[in-house]
Amino acid sequence: MIEEIYEIILDHYKNPRNYGKMENPDIEYEGGNPYCGDEIKMQFKLKNGVIEDVKFSGRGCAISQASASILTEYLKGKKIEEIKNFKKEEHLKNLGMELSPVRMKCALLAYEVMRIALFGEEEIGK
Amino acid sequence: MEIKEKIFDVYKIRNDFPCLKRKIRGKDLIYFDNAATTQRPKQVIEAIKEFYENYNANVHRGVHTLSYEASVKYEEAHQKVAEFIGAKGMEEIIFTRNASEALNLVAYSIGIHELEEGDEIITTLMEHHSNIVPWQMLRKVKKIKLHYVNVLKNGTLDLEHLEKLLNKKTKIVAFTLASNFLGTITPAKEIIKIIRNKSDAIIVCDGAQAVPHIKVNVKEIDCDFLAVSGHKMLGPTGTGFLYGKKHLLEKMEPFLYGGDMIFEVTTEGATWNELPWKFEAGTPNIAGGIGLSAAIDYLNEIGMENIENHEKELLEYALRRMREIEDIEIYGHKEQDALGLISFNIKGVHPHDIAGICDEEGIAIRSGHHCTQPLMRHFCIENSARASFYIYNTKEEIDVFIEVLKKIKKYFSK
Repeated sequence: MIEEIYEIILDHYKNPRNYGKMENPDIEYEGGNPYCGDEIKMQFKLKNGVIEDVKFSGRGCAISQASASILTEYLKGKKIEEIKNFKKEEHLKNLGMELSPVRMKCALLAYEVMRIALFGEEEIGK
Repeated sequence: MEIKEKIFDVYKIRNDFPCLKRKIRGKDLIYFDNAATTQRPKQVIEAIKEFYENYNANVHRGVHTLSYEASVKYEEAHQKVAEFIGAKGMEEIIFTRNASEALNLVAYSIGIHELEEGDEIITTLMEHHSNIVPWQMLRKVKKIKLHYVNVLKNGTLDLEHLEKLLNKKTKIVAFTLASNFLGTITPAKEIIKIIRNKSDAIIVCDGAQAVPHIKVNVKEIDCDFLAVSGHKMLGPTGTGFLYGKKHLLEKMEPFLYGGDMIFEVTTEGATWNELPWKFEAGTPNIAGGIGLSAAIDYLNEIGMENIENHEKELLEYALRRMREIEDIEIYGHKEQDALGLISFNIKGVHPHDIAGICDEEGIAIRSGHHCTQPLMRHFCIENSARASFYIYNTKEEIDVFIEVLKKIKKYFSK
């Protein structure tokens, strides 16, 4: 049961993609969820409006970390213009499981960090 | 011994709790978050309903029948609480919203009015934030010194350290009767003897975790104040109380000012009502108090000794089964007196994932810092999961819990 429901999450939690630190990123942003202590930092290398490379680092629960890993896979190689219309519902869909409302915060941390990094502070709390 | 076992029938008890029949995602609810708040039996829910349906009125005001009936029941609730903890009478029991408010009452009424710069307060590293932050407020406002008694590796208070901290300038010592993170039951009688030997400090006990689970008698332990939460002992949310020795309450300034707490008001000033009403300004939580009274009836009916034994059995069983799981870390000593609660982590698994998966399986446990950040920092932990038991929990529920933990360990640990 658990292994089926969490299949994608567990895969990314145990083998995170694009994990680590980047030297000389073009943009970076770090965010956290003070209530549960989850932290995510995202770094980007951009070229001609395209995300050439992206890395994340941080700590926290499986949902928050796997969610970041899944997001980086999606972002790599995408045009920033394209990402602008990428909705949080679509990101949640990529996680491959239904989340209870209390876990939503964990799942959306990386998405919010990405929005603020790429589109500015006005994204905070959106 | 045999008779007691006959009286305590956990399956019969479970029938009294409507919420325990809840299904979570199709699974039976297993409620292991009792240290946060308990469920309420139908007797408590009925008592509140009866008040609202039959004699709903304000207390201590009208001459009419409903007001009289409500006043009698509300006062009776104070009396019942007094008997439950061995106080002299209802004049020593002040109803509050929770234990936090009870501790704030002491901090404000005594702290603000009676402390002077250079005075000292001692609390401990084992405390819930509610028994730390009000004293920090006094440190800021009154420029007093605040000391913390150390916690030893085995999860007990360092009483030698306490002895060293005590002196004639110590005005208040505040400590918990039981830890909400470690489960440790502190040796209150012994601690209070040490304090009285070396100072004239006022002694404040946090009974939020202990009073619902073990017999606490204020005369026996000889504390000056005791703060308790009603909602952690089957009572309604928004209920709690402060016990205080009568002679101390009499000379204390009020905490909140307004209606019902006065004897007479002129444009020049006011005189205070008699105890305990001097400390209960405004229309109180009447329904809550009546509900708490029903909760105490319920606990008395079962017997605190039976409750203690039942929880001890659950604790021993849960510990034995949890230790079957590799890489599980359990916090606090469990060899000495302890409550039926277990804080733990599974290596490589975040406690939020433990609680999240448990929830998928219908099991309610807590995860986080448990409002004891200084204690957790002392043990170098950021957060943990916690399962806490009460009268209606069973070994079968623990079995289900253990199976889920084993699955979590299998699939989640890196």
